[in-house]
Amino acid sequence: MKLGLAILFGCLLAVAAADVPMVRIEGGSYTRPLEKSGQPRQVSTFLLDVRQVTNAEFLAFIATHPEWQRSRVNRLFADSGYLRHWAGDVELGPLALPDAPVTNVSWFAARAFLKDQGKRLPTLDEWEFAARADESRTDATADPEFRKRILMWYSKPTPEVLTPAGSMPANVHGVSSMHGLVWEWTSNFVSSMAGGESRSDGSPEGPLFCGGAATDPNQAVEYADFMRVAFRSSLQGSFCLGGLGFRGAKDAPAPTDPTP
Amino acid sequence: MKPIAILLGLLGALTPCQAETEVQSNGIIKLPPEIKGEEVAVLTDPPNVPPPITRKHPAKVVVKLEVIEKEMRMTDGVNYTFWTFGGCVPGKFIRVRQGDFVEFHLMNHPTSKMPHNIDLHAVTGQGGGAAASFTAPGHSSTFSFRVLNPGLYIYHCAVAPVGMHVANGMYGLIYVEPEEGLPKVDHEYYVVQGDFYTKGRNGEQGLQPFDMEKAIDERPDYVVFNGSVGAMTGEKAVKAQKGETVRIFFGNGGPNLTSSFHVIGEIFDKVYVEGGTKTINNNVQTTLVPAGGSAIVEFKCEVPGTLILVDHSLTRAFNKGAIGMIKVAGDPESLTYSGKLDDRVYLPEGGTPQIMPQQGKPLAAATNKSERMERGKNVFATNCIACHQAEGQGIPAAFPPLAKSDYLNADIHRAVGAVVHGLTGEITVNGSKFNSVMPALALNDEDVANVLTFVFNSWDNSGREVKPEDVAKVRAEKK
Repeated sequence: MKLGLAILFGCLLAVAAADVPMVRIEGGSYTRPLEKSGQPRQVSTFLLDVRQVTNAEFLAFIATHPEWQRSRVNRLFADSGYLRHWAGDVELGPLALPDAPVTNVSWFAARAFLKDQGKRLPTLDEWEFAARADESRTDATADPEFRKRILMWYSKPTPEVLTPAGSMPANVHGVSSMHGLVWEWTSNFVSSMAGGESRSDGSPEGPLFCGGAATDPNQAVEYADFMRVAFRSSLQGSFCLGGLGFRGAKDAPAPTDPTP
Repeated sequence: MKPIAILLGLLGALTPCQAETEVQSNGIIKLPPEIKGEEVAVLTDPPNVPPPITRKHPAKVVVKLEVIEKEMRMTDGVNYTFWTFGGCVPGKFIRVRQGDFVEFHLMNHPTSKMPHNIDLHAVTGQGGGAAASFTAPGHSSTFSFRVLNPGLYIYHCAVAPVGMHVANGMYGLIYVEPEEGLPKVDHEYYVVQGDFYTKGRNGEQGLQPFDMEKAIDERPDYVVFNGSVGAMTGEKAVKAQKGETVRIFFGNGGPNLTSSFHVIGEIFDKVYVEGGTKTINNNVQTTLVPAGGSAIVEFKCEVPGTLILVDHSLTRAFNKGAIGMIKVAGDPESLTYSGKLDDRVYLPEGGTPQIMPQQGKPLAAATNKSERMERGKNVFATNCIACHQAEGQGIPAAFPPLAKSDYLNADIHRAVGAVVHGLTGEITVNGSKFNSVMPALALNDEDVANVLTFVFNSWDNSGREVKPEDVAKVRAEKK
């Protein structure tokens, strides 16, 4: 048994050894539908993982960072839900397919994993910018069908066993399953804080809530955006959720001189 | 609920953000001496109501409510992903007493996609508990409140977009029993109306997702009592005996429509208007219940029969599902209600041959099948369409289909009998059970033959022709 486990573990290490491939996403600007100022947000060119980090990859990380094992992790950095779908400290089990996105990971754990790889979490703006694309357009948000597809996914509970990361068709950037598989951590998720009372007014975040948005019909239809805001604002850095994973990002390397 | 989820929920409540409320509910709030004892609230699924509270003093009451997102039936062949307080729509009924101190635990199941919270209209305080109960999936929150005002209150989720959370079924009722309690009745039932917006039109099969545009436009595909079409009809009808009193705790979850709540065949002896305690109206036919509002209605069932609960905005009842039933058993009460005693031809001219009050000449008898069908179509449109619907599809759980109907095609004699004599009681049509009343129709033999020929030759039915003499034969049998 022990030997078997060790072999299995070894295999997974081998599988997970390679980093998640990244694509370059050209910077630009976009408007957050719930931003009252209406000012476009600037996003610099960055690199983004083509898929979420998997259970197997996270297991490999834990092998070299035992302080992130389920039984050893500091409760300040991960709540008691941490990796609860795994069979054990270093065992995935039937609920955690090796190539499915790792979930039940805290923001702190995600950061630690990515730091080890020389990566970081995408910022909220980077994530939102990349998530506006569909299979053929860099910005599909004006298309009601695109919005419906996202909303439909938000309406369904999280399945107990997730399907593999990267198994969904990639968007025009070459990035897969920004929508439709799991929620994802961003580095500054708290910057969209909505508070628990969605209708409070007079707070600086007023436009993010239904009361605020109701005054502007153009914003009121963006249910999917509301839902991402509501979701992120329910989180704390130590929270571990069954439907919440992450992927890595990096600043784009400085442009090299094209003329040799 | 898995034990692990409970454990996680409890631990979740101890995280720094909730520390303040947790500490408060754990005794830092000094309870006044009149609050005695501690109990766990009995919560019930619709149409049941927890038992009346008999204690004569306020107590500490612990309420544990779990949010679960789950796929359930909307109508036959149509499912919907409901977001629920306790696994049912409406959510669990909560019953407390005026002056009680309520310690509320909201658990959000780990499989939930969304954070949720609860705004109880019975709460005096910021957001009705919304901010205090804002809870990520796989976590739980605790807060406490004192119920100061008696009455029947809606509770609902208030996370953005609120309209969608409510449209997915996130509402229920909390009743704050007044100190003096309510008069005793024989039955108490729990009914909440809600409007639902699905991508496919009413009846379109399969798992139907929420439709944001229809919700914003307030164009519901379903308006139902207790979360699905037929939740309170047929075998799921609630029951009473002749002479018994019934109280309905009625709520309207919305999100959008106002309900014209009515019970066909009864008069509300009492309505606690808008769910309050002071204004009790007597002898009410239809009571208006706003979205996010309630009413308590009471009546005595004097006569046996099936009482039909409807939203008297009637296309909601007959086309979108807002129908419920109370079956009252017992012997007939002929003095109060006789039922039909007699049916005969009405001759306004005093015995001379009847002249139809219509423009043009009366039609001669149909001479062939296609003529028969054409006329039958008109008869159908004026007599049958309201229940059996334009394409003969009927209304699930209320009126059986005529289209491709096994029951219809199996027995022509029986079909004629249903039209001329009426049909009452349980029948099975295309695998679904129906239990209602079709009245005898005051049509002549010619019209009956025409309409049945039309029906038999439409919507994939057997294609046979019914002649007036066939009708006369069936009619004579019961004379």
